[in-house]
Amino acid sequence: MAADLVTDVLIIGGGPAASWAAIEAAKTGIRVTLVDKGYLGTSGAAAPSGLGTWWAPTREGRRASAERRVARSFGLANVPSALRTLDEAHNGLEQLSAWGYPFPNDDRGERYIPNLRTADYMQFMRGRVRAAGVRIYDHHPALELIVADGVVSGASGVARHSEEAWQIRAAAVVLATGGCVFGERVQGASGLTGDGYLMAAEAGATLSGMEFSAQYGIVSFTSASNKGLIYTWATFMREDGTPIEDRGEDRQVLVAHALAGGPVYARFDNVPPGLQDDLRSGQPNILLPFDRAGINPFEERFPVMLRCEGTVRGVGGIRLAGDTGATGVPGLFAAGDAASRERLTGAISGGGGPNSAWAIASGAWAGRSAAAFVARVGRHHQTRTARVLGGVRLRPPAIDVVKDEMLPINRNFFRTERTLTQSLATLGDAWTTLRSTAPLKGVAALRSREAAAMTATARWSYTAALHRVESRGMHRRLDAPATDPAFASSIAISGIDTMHIVRDRAPAAEQLAS
Amino acid sequence: MIEIVSAARCIGCNICVKVCPADVFDPVTDGAPVIARQDDCQTCFLCELYCPVDALFVDAQAEHSIAVREGDVEAAGLFGSYARAMGWNRGKPGGAERDPTFRIRAAMQS
Repeated sequence: MAADLVTDVLIIGGGPAASWAAIEAAKTGIRVTLVDKGYLGTSGAAAPSGLGTWWAPTREGRRASAERRVARSFGLANVPSALRTLDEAHNGLEQLSAWGYPFPNDDRGERYIPNLRTADYMQFMRGRVRAAGVRIYDHHPALELIVADGVVSGASGVARHSEEAWQIRAAAVVLATGGCVFGERVQGASGLTGDGYLMAAEAGATLSGMEFSAQYGIVSFTSASNKGLIYTWATFMREDGTPIEDRGEDRQVLVAHALAGGPVYARFDNVPPGLQDDLRSGQPNILLPFDRAGINPFEERFPVMLRCEGTVRGVGGIRLAGDTGATGVPGLFAAGDAASRERLTGAISGGGGPNSAWAIASGAWAGRSAAAFVARVGRHHQTRTARVLGGVRLRPPAIDVVKDEMLPINRNFFRTERTLTQSLATLGDAWTTLRSTAPLKGVAALRSREAAAMTATARWSYTAALHRVESRGMHRRLDAPATDPAFASSIAISGIDTMHIVRDRAPAAEQLAS
Repeated sequence: MIEIVSAARCIGCNICVKVCPADVFDPVTDGAPVIARQDDCQTCFLCELYCPVDALFVDAQAEHSIAVREGDVEAAGLFGSYARAMGWNRGKPGGAERDPTFRIRAAMQS
C-alpha cells in the first residue's frame, strides 16, 4: 500500500466478525478498509475448523434457546443480550443463504443452516467483502491505534512481506482481532495474541470476563486439532488399559484430573453405526490427524492431551457498552472474540455455536455503529494532528514466560491464590524487565507487540482470577471450590502498567433492567 | 506442521504464500516457494486446500517438525487427501452442499 492512506472505517482483523463488520459498514456507501495480520479467508480460529452455528428458525425457538443458554451461564449472561445475538445472527445466516452460500439439504430435503464449513464460508465471505467495495490489505498487521482529540482515528502497522511501516487514518476503527491463546498450538490460533485487547486498553477501554480464560480442548497426540465433537463417542483409559470413569463432569475436567496421574488415552468406540462415513465426509479434519499418523481411532487407542484455548473458547475481551459494538472510547468499536462474550455465555465456553453466532451479530453491530459514528461525528478526525498510542514492546523471551504461566493445567485450568500470585509476579517482571527500548522495525516490531499483548492479556486474566475468590464455570479455584452468590457479577479490568478492577455490585440480570 | 512443498508438483503460482495466515512461505523466483518460518505454522491444513496442484503436505504433529519423505507421501496417496475429502478441487471450494454434518449433530442429540 501507499505509506499513508485515508479511509472512513478501518476494520482490523480477518475472521468472520471482521468480514461482517466490513460488509455492514460498506453498505452505507462510505469507504471501508480492512487490514489483517494474515489473510482474510484463512485467518482466525474459525477458518480451519467447521462450526456449529447457534440457530433456531422461529422467534419462539430462539427465545427458548436463549433461555436455556442463559440458565447455564452461572448467572452472568442475560436473555435479552443472548436473544438479540440470536436474532441478528439469524438475519446474517438468511443473508448468507440469499447470497448463494451452498448450505446443504438435510435428509428431508430441507436447507440445513446451523453448520458452517468454515473454510468454504470464509472463502465465500472474502468474495462478499470484495464485492462490497472494501479495500483489503492482507498480511498488514496493525500494531498501534492513532488518536486525535480523544477520538480513535486510525492505526499504524507493518506490511509483513515488504516490512514497510504503514499508517491509515480513519474516522472510526473496528477491532475484530480475535482472542488470545497465550502461544498455544491450536489450529487457527497462531495470530491470536490478544493484539486488540492491548490496543483497546491503551486507548482507555475496559475488559471484562478475563478470568474466564481457562477453557481447554482435547487434542489427539500432539496435533493442533481441538475439535471436541467426536469425543462425545470416546472412552478414556490409562496406559495399562484401566477405564477412566465418567463421573458426569465435563470431558475436559475428566481428562485434566486424569492427566495428573499419567498419560491418558482415548478411543472412539461408541460412534453409532453408519456415522463413521458421515464423520469422514462431514468433518474430514477431525480424522485427518489419524489418517496421517496411520491410526484407526475407532479401533485403536491413541494418547490425548489438553490444549489451552484462552479467550477464544473462553469468554473475556473488550467490554462493550450495550449491543452496539461501542467500547466507550470515541471512534473505537469491537466485535467477535476481541469483545467480551460474558453477557452471551457467562462463565462457560461459547465455543462453536454461540461464538459463531456472536461473530456475525457483533460484527454487524460494530460495522453499522462505526458507519453511524462517521455520519454523526464527521470525518475531520481523519486529518487532525494525531498521536500514536501504545508503544509497549517486549522482547521475544516474554512469549516463553507467558506460555510457562498460562498453558500448564496446574496453573490455568486449576487455579489457587498461591499459583496466581506467583504467576502474576513472574508476568509483572516480564512486563518491566523485558521492555524493548530499541526502536524496532518490520516483523521484529510485530513480534514485540505480540509479546506485549500476550503478556498484558495474561496479567488481566490472572488479576481478575485472583479477585474472583470462588469457582464459577471454567474458573476453577482449588482453594475456593464453591460458587459464591456474592460473586454473581462481572469483573471489569482496565489499565496497562497498573491495573484497575471494578466489580459490578448488582447481579448482571438486575443491572440490565436498570 | 507444514513439511513439504513438492518441487515436482509445484507450478510456482505462490497462492500458498498469499493465503497462509501465519506467513510461513517465502516466494522463490522461477521456483517453488520455500518453507521459511516452519515454526510459525499453525497446522490448519488450509494451504493444502488452496493449492491448485496438491503440492503441499502438512503433518498433523503440531509441536515439532518430523522427518517426512516426499516419496512416502506420494506412495501413500496423501498429497491432496484433505482437499479430496472436503470436495475442494484445484484450489477452489466444493462439497459444502453435500456436507452430512446434520446427521452427526442429530446423533449427538439423540
